[in-house]
Amino acid sequence: MSETNELLRLKDLCVDYKVKDGYLSAVKNVNFSINRGEIFAIVGESGCGKSTVAHAILKLLPEHNEVIKGEIWYDGRDLNNLSEKELEKVRGHEVGMIFQNPLDSLNPVYTTGWQVQEGILLDNVPKAEAWNKVIEMYRDVKMPDAEKRVNSFPHEMSGGMRQRVMIGMMLARNPKLLIADEPTTALDVTIEAQILKLIRELRDEHNTAVMMITHNFGLVSEIADRVAVMYAGEVVEIGTVFDIFDEPKHPYTRRLMQALPRMTKAEGRLKTIDGSVPRLTNHKKGCRFANRCEYATERCRTEDPPVNTVSPSHSYQCFGEQGVKEDV
Amino acid sequence: MNDSPVKEFFKTCYKNKNFLIGVIMVGSVILLAIFADVIAPFAYDANNPKEILQAPSMRHLLGTDDMGRDLFSRIVYGTRITLKVAVIGAGLQLVLGVTVGLICGYFGGAVDKGLMFIADLTYAIPGMIAALAVVTVIGSNLTNAIIAVAVVNWAAYARVVRAKTMSIKNQAFIETGIAFGESPLAIMFRYILPNIVPILIVNISMQLPGTIMSTTTLSFLGVGSQPPSPDWGWMVSDGIRYVSRGPWLCIYPGLALVYTVFGFNIMGEGLRDLLDPRMKSQ
Repeated sequence: MSETNELLRLKDLCVDYKVKDGYLSAVKNVNFSINRGEIFAIVGESGCGKSTVAHAILKLLPEHNEVIKGEIWYDGRDLNNLSEKELEKVRGHEVGMIFQNPLDSLNPVYTTGWQVQEGILLDNVPKAEAWNKVIEMYRDVKMPDAEKRVNSFPHEMSGGMRQRVMIGMMLARNPKLLIADEPTTALDVTIEAQILKLIRELRDEHNTAVMMITHNFGLVSEIADRVAVMYAGEVVEIGTVFDIFDEPKHPYTRRLMQALPRMTKAEGRLKTIDGSVPRLTNHKKGCRFANRCEYATERCRTEDPPVNTVSPSHSYQCFGEQGVKEDV
Repeated sequence: MNDSPVKEFFKTCYKNKNFLIGVIMVGSVILLAIFADVIAPFAYDANNPKEILQAPSMRHLLGTDDMGRDLFSRIVYGTRITLKVAVIGAGLQLVLGVTVGLICGYFGGAVDKGLMFIADLTYAIPGMIAALAVVTVIGSNLTNAIIAVAVVNWAAYARVVRAKTMSIKNQAFIETGIAFGESPLAIMFRYILPNIVPILIVNISMQLPGTIMSTTTLSFLGVGSQPPSPDWGWMVSDGIRYVSRGPWLCIYPGLALVYTVFGFNIMGEGLRDLLDPRMKSQ
């Protein structure tokens, strides 16, 4: 893909949280880029730093106790160097974000339509025009009864409807990038499928890039173009959906794939990954997966693993240069 | 359950006797203030040397004072001053307290520590003495007395608003607002404040009686309203001079004050119960 097509590039992004006994390295040396109109998924287990990456991009972290290092290039600007005032113009206007829990993400004292209009008004659109746009947006996100629903309060709507409002709200200002932080976790599978379909359709229509954060591989295979797999604050493997699902290279990704239930094979019990994620305060050098990796050597524990490139789109962080042997 | 919210509200109001009685009492004071010109038989400053210090009679319902002014008329006109005190006093305290509370709760850190230190200071000094000091500095009249009471009492609002802001700012919809590109000012006043309003309403009605009492006390001490204005506090203090010859001069303005303050008090109490969902079933 050409350079001009690139919308967001993270370069050596590190986020440290200040904790009692030093620094907790929540995100370490994350590098990836997202192209215009692309759906990019970040997969990983709870606490692996995927949400932290998303929040760091818009500087939405809880302030005072985190340190963000590295570069966040968005459309030719480093967001990490922008002032708070300049960031306000980027947030919502250029980068929209939807959150995990649509139930709490809307202000309970205003009608949902009013809240969507609020955002559109930030772009200096006349009031009457903005209201029409709100209704149009509700239709865009397939809200049943759009004209009536604009006057509904959040508590009068179901979870799926509220997430639709959130998506509409964020897309109303035509951002170039939409960050979706586990947008369907709180919803049931039927609604999840509808919301995913909606996101994909809106992407096709507006050419909005989507950064999808999830722990659900099924969802990734359904919607994403490219995938980054995160483990304990690091991107361990990155590639197209086909790269990751057909030829996983990193031992962690492999084990994850083995832990996925598949319809095609009767395997009996699913495999699991032994051990647990290490605590990341004052972390020393070495591969963070080493304590759970069956191929780990002494070198894995003392040196940072290199990045191996399989193809222009596919790379992984490990000492096993050819990828570890297939053992399924 | 199928009643409209308005109808249901009135129903609970009816069940809540405190609120009902409070509303009637406060309502009657408000009506007196509005229709003072119609109700009062005399002007509040109409001297009549021929009828000084008369006991209550049919002509002068509550008697007359040392200048022959009709006490009933003066008390009726006095409601205007009392309500003015209530509205402006509460308004000033609200503006100060809410602004400080929102800023402290939202930003935290050094700003919070500094402003809350000032708020704690107002608690440390006895309110009446502080208010007296303020009035002495800025001059004695009713407006200044209201300002003095506000300067002393705003911290109560600031504390409530700050605590509530701190809990609301961590809710998900605030994050949505920030991610939406709203400025901190918009977040504070358009996202957080509307969610605090119910608690503020209760607080106002609980604080109002105190505000009225404090301001009236300042007038009683002679640093608030100046004659001939029919301020109840000043009327009581003026009447003390004739307490043996005309006790009604002290008693009736005092009763009027008690009536108004009590009305606000139980209205506030009722309102608190009314807006507290836990009390609904009882």
